[in-house]
Amino acid sequence: MKLMHNILKKIKPHFEKEGALSALYPAYDAFETFLFVPNHTSQSGTHIRDSVDLKRTMVIVIIALLPCLFFGMWNTGYQYHLQLASAGLQSIEDYNFWDHFFFGFWKFMPLVIVSYVVGLSVEFAFAVNRKHQVNEGYLVTGMLIPLTMPIDVPLWMLALSVIFAVVIGKEVFGGTGMNILNPALTARAFIFFAYPTKMSGDKVWVHSADKIDGVSGETALGQLASLVDIDPNDETVISKISEFSSDGAYSLSNSFLGIIPGSVGETSVIAIMIGAAILLFTGVGSFRIMASMFIGGLSMAYVFNLVAPDTNLFMSLDPIHQLCIGSFLFGMVFMATDPVSAAQTNKGKIIYGFLCGVLSVLIRVFNPAYPEGVMVAILFMNVMAPLIDHYVVEANIKKRLKRLKVDE
Amino acid sequence: MKSFFNKQHQKLIADPMGDQNPITIQVLGICSALAITTQLENALVMTLAVIFVMTSASSIISILRNHIPNRIRIIVQLLVVASLVALVDQILKAFLPDASEQLSVFIGLIITNCIIMGRLEAFAMGNKLWDSFLDALGNAFGYGWILVAVAFVRELFGSGKLMGYEVPGFSYLYELGYMNNNLMILPPMALIVVGLIIWMQRSRNNDLIEEN
Repeated sequence: MKLMHNILKKIKPHFEKEGALSALYPAYDAFETFLFVPNHTSQSGTHIRDSVDLKRTMVIVIIALLPCLFFGMWNTGYQYHLQLASAGLQSIEDYNFWDHFFFGFWKFMPLVIVSYVVGLSVEFAFAVNRKHQVNEGYLVTGMLIPLTMPIDVPLWMLALSVIFAVVIGKEVFGGTGMNILNPALTARAFIFFAYPTKMSGDKVWVHSADKIDGVSGETALGQLASLVDIDPNDETVISKISEFSSDGAYSLSNSFLGIIPGSVGETSVIAIMIGAAILLFTGVGSFRIMASMFIGGLSMAYVFNLVAPDTNLFMSLDPIHQLCIGSFLFGMVFMATDPVSAAQTNKGKIIYGFLCGVLSVLIRVFNPAYPEGVMVAILFMNVMAPLIDHYVVEANIKKRLKRLKVDE
Repeated sequence: MKSFFNKQHQKLIADPMGDQNPITIQVLGICSALAITTQLENALVMTLAVIFVMTSASSIISILRNHIPNRIRIIVQLLVVASLVALVDQILKAFLPDASEQLSVFIGLIITNCIIMGRLEAFAMGNKLWDSFLDALGNAFGYGWILVAVAFVRELFGSGKLMGYEVPGFSYLYELGYMNNNLMILPPMALIVVGLIIWMQRSRNNDLIEEN
């Protein structure tokens, strides 16, 4: 560390004003502040002394994501080996815990590296061009993007979606803190609509599922989408439905633990709950949004339960089970709570979260083309958030004006 | 005596192509720019249709400008444009049935293209024939080159073709794992591509950026 410090100190004059490389000062600044606590002090006005800044906040979110990350790696390997076993090629007992984990690790790390290298390069380019500091907004986005991807996504597509998300989702609005949409979801939406064959169907969620015949790597949501208009007495339908019962592949306990196919980070409810606990304990994530979104999703699922016809298993699925599959909870904890794109007022947060939950379940049940309704729902509510805030503030102003009249 | 094609005339043509572009600066005629730019061929047909309608309409209105009663001028303008559009529609149906079918209502909707009515109202009603003709030509080309540029990007990346033909190098790319970008064919991408053109134009010319 001392060596790094000395090197940075030595080359600093080149980057300062009138140095040969002064145009690249934001890049230098980013490295210096990333590695060391900067000795900058405020130049004027009052200021608050606090150890929490953007960088610390971001690091906490990264820590909260680690359980999902590690579990996702393990699950990637486990699902792959399970698939080999079900195709009769190998037995699942041939592999131990670390085999699963390291298989997933080597498959997943390229996604993380591509996401960070491409995303940070774009951020650096913009910072140098606009002569502002590189800020840490991308640290979390860069981790979220690969976690929402299927494991086999081609790297160039990932890179393209990262560029799209950073440039169109963030930099055109003015950079970190100014974006309307959540950049990580923008990336996922881009790749979802641009290359649907790589982002949906039953052959993308488990590594190289398309090369092995006769196995299904369908997500629980995809499976459910095929159970919307069914004959309850049909043989194949009954076998499909049994997969959601307590000893099936998509049972509640499997969904809760996360040993089902899906995007890398979304499967395990336990890992997400650990992340949520870290976010709530440190006060980084908003409790109001998480709770109201959970209640929103739950109440929508209950309403569907009440009106569900016999021929629609998607609607009659148990509400808790409904929320445990797909990326509902992952979106709730890590995407909807994004402090930039969510609603800002306390009341607004509750309305925003509730509608996120309601829309997520509504879209996933009624539109089989988008089984992943959470993504679309949160993006939609991101757009609506300023409107919600506006009306909350207006209502407050009205209320206080009334009080003023009474006093007169 | 004024020359036949002086500096002012040049400006009439050049301005709408660049810093007074009807789409990127005045943000008019966006609807058709978004709707028909999935294929280059459609964009070219549309451009030609608009060039014809605009130049003819501007010339006719310019000739009639001293005889049109002020209170019914919009109706007269609309009548002229509508008959010209009907003409274009019939010609396309006769000679380019495929393109006509793909463009479907959008040929008819040239009538409501804000650029045409805008130029008639703002320019042709108060200027001489030759000036009005050049102004219409410039604006139609300004509209057209944006359309063609957007359609070029969208068709190339969206379906890997140009003018309906496969692009030669793409077969190698497909083997390497390249795929066509479906989003390019969807409407949002047209908005984004137009937005990127606006961004480029504004970063080249700082005068275009409004002060807050």
